Amino acid sequence: MADAYIYDAVRTPRGKGKKDGSLHEITALSLASQVLEALRDRNGLDTAKVDDVILGCVSPVGEQGADIARTAVLAAGWDQATAGFQINRFCASGLEAVNVAAAKVKSGEAGMAVGGGVEAMSRVPMGSDGGAWPTDPSSAFPTYFVPQGVSADMIATKYGFSRDDVDAYSVESHKRAARSWAERRFDKSVIAAKNQLGLTQLDHDETIRPNTDMQILGGLNPSFVMMGGMGFDAVIGQRYPEVASVNHVHTPGNSSGIVDGAAGVLIGTKEMGEALGLKPRAKILGGASIGSEPSIMLTGPEPVTRKLLGKLGMQPGDIDLYELNEAFAAVVLRYMQALDIPHDKINVCGGAIAMGHPLGATGAMILGTVLDELERSDKSTALATLCIGGGMGTATVIERV
Amino acid sequence: MENFKIDIDADGVALVTFDVPGRSMNTLTSAVIAEIPALVETIKTDDAIKGVVLTSGKTTGFCAGADLGDMAAGMLAGGGDLQKAFDTGWALNGAFRALETSGKPVAAAINGLALGGGLEFTLACHYRVVENDPKIQLGLPEIKVGLFPGGGGTQRLTRLIGVQNALMQMAEGKSWRPNDAKGAGVVHEVVEKGQSVEAAKAWIKNGGKAVQPWDDPKFKIPGGGPYHPAGAQIFIMGNAILRKQSYGNYPAVLNMMKAVYEGVQVPIEAGLRIETRYFIKTLMTPQAQAMIRSLFLSKQELDKGAVRPAGVPKSDPKKVSVLGAGMMGAGIAYVQVMAGIETVLIDQTQEAADKGKAHVEELLKKRLSRGQMTQEKYDATLALVTATTDYDLIKGSDLVIEAVFENREIKADVTKRAEAQLAEGAVFGSNTSTLPISGLAEASVRPEDFIGIHFFSPVDKMMLVEIIMGEKTGDAALAKALDYVLKIRKTPIVVNDSRGFYTSRCFSTFLMEGMAMLEEGYSPVLIDNVGRMTGMPRGPLEMHDDVALDLSYKIAKQTREDLGDKYVPNEGEQIVATMVEQGRFGRKNGKGFYDYDQKPKVIWPGLYDLAPTTKGAELGESAEALAAIDELKTRLLYRQAVEVARCWEEGVIDDPREGDLGAILGWGFAPWTGGPITFMDQTGLKAFVAKADDLAAKYGDRFKVPALLRDMAAKDETFYGRFAPQTKAA
Repeated sequence: MADAYIYDAVRTPRGKGKKDGSLHEITALSLASQVLEALRDRNGLDTAKVDDVILGCVSPVGEQGADIARTAVLAAGWDQATAGFQINRFCASGLEAVNVAAAKVKSGEAGMAVGGGVEAMSRVPMGSDGGAWPTDPSSAFPTYFVPQGVSADMIATKYGFSRDDVDAYSVESHKRAARSWAERRFDKSVIAAKNQLGLTQLDHDETIRPNTDMQILGGLNPSFVMMGGMGFDAVIGQRYPEVASVNHVHTPGNSSGIVDGAAGVLIGTKEMGEALGLKPRAKILGGASIGSEPSIMLTGPEPVTRKLLGKLGMQPGDIDLYELNEAFAAVVLRYMQALDIPHDKINVCGGAIAMGHPLGATGAMILGTVLDELERSDKSTALATLCIGGGMGTATVIERV
Repeated sequence: MENFKIDIDADGVALVTFDVPGRSMNTLTSAVIAEIPALVETIKTDDAIKGVVLTSGKTTGFCAGADLGDMAAGMLAGGGDLQKAFDTGWALNGAFRALETSGKPVAAAINGLALGGGLEFTLACHYRVVENDPKIQLGLPEIKVGLFPGGGGTQRLTRLIGVQNALMQMAEGKSWRPNDAKGAGVVHEVVEKGQSVEAAKAWIKNGGKAVQPWDDPKFKIPGGGPYHPAGAQIFIMGNAILRKQSYGNYPAVLNMMKAVYEGVQVPIEAGLRIETRYFIKTLMTPQAQAMIRSLFLSKQELDKGAVRPAGVPKSDPKKVSVLGAGMMGAGIAYVQVMAGIETVLIDQTQEAADKGKAHVEELLKKRLSRGQMTQEKYDATLALVTATTDYDLIKGSDLVIEAVFENREIKADVTKRAEAQLAEGAVFGSNTSTLPISGLAEASVRPEDFIGIHFFSPVDKMMLVEIIMGEKTGDAALAKALDYVLKIRKTPIVVNDSRGFYTSRCFSTFLMEGMAMLEEGYSPVLIDNVGRMTGMPRGPLEMHDDVALDLSYKIAKQTREDLGDKYVPNEGEQIVATMVEQGRFGRKNGKGFYDYDQKPKVIWPGLYDLAPTTKGAELGESAEALAAIDELKTRLLYRQAVEVARCWEEGVIDDPREGDLGAILGWGFAPWTGGPITFMDQTGLKAFVAKADDLAAKYGDRFKVPALLRDMAAKDETFYGRFAPQTKAA
């Protein structure tokens, strides 16, 4: 089997995912196209040599529907020979797209491929695609379905994280993100998002609050008290009868932000890279996905990490840097607790609590971020992972070359 | 047609009178269901008929719904032949559909209660007029017997009033009064008594349309379907609320939701087919079959006096005295006067007696204020109670019930004083819940007329009365006690004497298994959560708090004194003793396993010192955790069922219907099982004994099954097979 190498990674800045967000007036297709254009232009890519573009997208309806990957390939003016398809593994879609691209490369099906994702959450709201899981009793009942926020609160309750714990984590996320921008740590990956005139619409992540503190965060109301009280606390309580009651600690301040953005990672074989005159930055050592308990839903990163490291014959200590998507603060705290990962090895540039979580794109974004950081700090191995709706986990391990 | 009479008036309006011959109440018997297609065909094809008014020929109501015994037998007649079951089920749904698409306007003149299939019949009409009578209820109560509306209810009610309102009504099996039904949009018009047929005819003559709202091409379901933004929330929340309420124990609840979810996404005829499929699926579940048998059929039989000794002439108690005017005595007085029984309520002081009467008054006032009772009726009913300290007033009573303190001396004293006033043949009933009747009867000069009549608290709400035969109690006293219980409209079971009789004895094992778990090191939170998940109304520790820890302590002490060396301490007895010594008596003083001074109540922190939590690490996210939870649930249910089997072997109970219904109505044994006897039968006695043996090996002799059960298991018998109940009264 061939090895899969990362040749480039780009992402748009993340714009606030509301009507007053800077990217609200930019279409999802435009965001995805700008990423593909950047990959092509930065690398002088003969796009006809790229076999496939795989984009994650979690609400693939409306302008994000009908295979936005192929649509973006065409809109970006890539060669018509490049195929494209859209995938959905909820929050890990962007990383799964990378893993699928890598698998295609390793298997020999593709010589060069793009894995990435797009989500214009201000334009296509979360949940726009419906879905049976919570709605159809055939799936909601047996899985003790609750909304993710209640699951995250259950993680905090069951594994002992207080409101102060999750808020303190959030303060640190904002600090790290602000520092990373100040130190221009994202320069390699971030491309300015352009508007209809080709002018820069947004060149930085829009939701960071460098000055937030415990007091500000402590003043926010927990988001999922009402939902819990309407019945969901009782439902997850039936799955975890050892827990007296759900402690609702998550607020908008310690959960990932809703944003717009897109990202792409260029992956190929050594041979194709050489043929195209590209320099590999890292090798993809492996990827994995798992299923975990669906009601608590967001604890999949631990088992997928164990599974992937096991397959690679590695220990948690062999990884220099971790990226775990900051869907909710408790998700990261639980992961650090379970795998005994020190805080200075994980999400060192901040994460989605500060910079936002454009659902379909985040996985590709955090892989690019951790690759940049490996290079900047001259470290070798990194693991990127995300918790996922429905109770899943996806992870990828890379090593610099 | 036998069940429907058709009279066509000069305007061509056919008055269809629903009147099942030989029955006091219209039900959808298999004969009725078989006739409906022919009725619809006549309506459709008879050119003389321009429109139809459907009404009832009974004064008892419009229609009380399906004849469940009949229906279950009919649909399941094909054994495992699912197509046959569907075809049988579709006969009614298809006919109702044909009625609403016959092209002729059909109005229902609802001149009496319409429940279940009865209401569904009217929902297949284009117009509904109901008479303004407070006795009239309209509702879909199927969920209470383990089913859900299968005559189009899940499809038509949702389309009529929206998914949310329909689900709430169907999931709780609640009924509407006429004006509420109008407010909810279930009926179109409320008219005075006796006016419904006329009003229905008027609607037709004024050009009533023969088209249901859902057959209008522009129809949209009110509130939206599952993939409509607002509708989605209803389904997502609905799933959560139904799981919260049912703990996933009732297939009917889940299948009802499936029928609604899938059915409202397609045209109504397809929705009706989907409903029929899920209805058949539900009917085939052990839970539905268990609940229909216990909560519908057996209850009906016991309510008609199925266990009354034959050959004793029927009696009609007109005056009954109650000794002790506490909560229990006053509650008994209330149910008596509600049944028109003259009641003498006696206590040691006039003040205490008056307090008891005030409680009766309070309960009656509630009915008055809710419009369930007229002022005249209220006055007359309250006047039936006399509060006094005077035992002379007992004279002329057909029955005396003592509800004084659980103390042998006090009980002996009131027995003697009351019996002195009683005529020959009058019965003395003791409402003791713990003291053996034969012992109490020693104070009686006529032990053959001494019997246990055990009420449950609160008396006005609890449906069961446990009648306890002392060693010497005669058949005449039993018959009279049963006549009394039937008159006050409670469900009786008859048991033989034993410590705790049947209900208290078996119920206490639920509490004790909770204590065993606590002693083993399971957390109190887990124990009560798991307790509720079994389908019991509350967890064992919180129920222990309700019963009162000091009572539990006193009973243990009394039992220890009575049994001497033979006494086996209860599980966790020391924990309870320590708590009582510290003044923790349970809910009644706000201090038990829980602290009740905050809402919601929280576990008393000191409990973790008395019973440190050391177990439960196996619980969590793994798939195996579910098995660990199941084991705890199994223990709680098996422990009770094993005690029931012991009661059977000892002759405390001898009728499976009484064993089942007594458990559900008496102490809240998980209704989805149909009761502990059915639980054992359906598990299969072989499997039950094997599991109980396993539990006995792991947790102790309290799970050891009696020889009878082992013997029955070996012979592959069931309780309902070997001890098939003989219905003595029809």
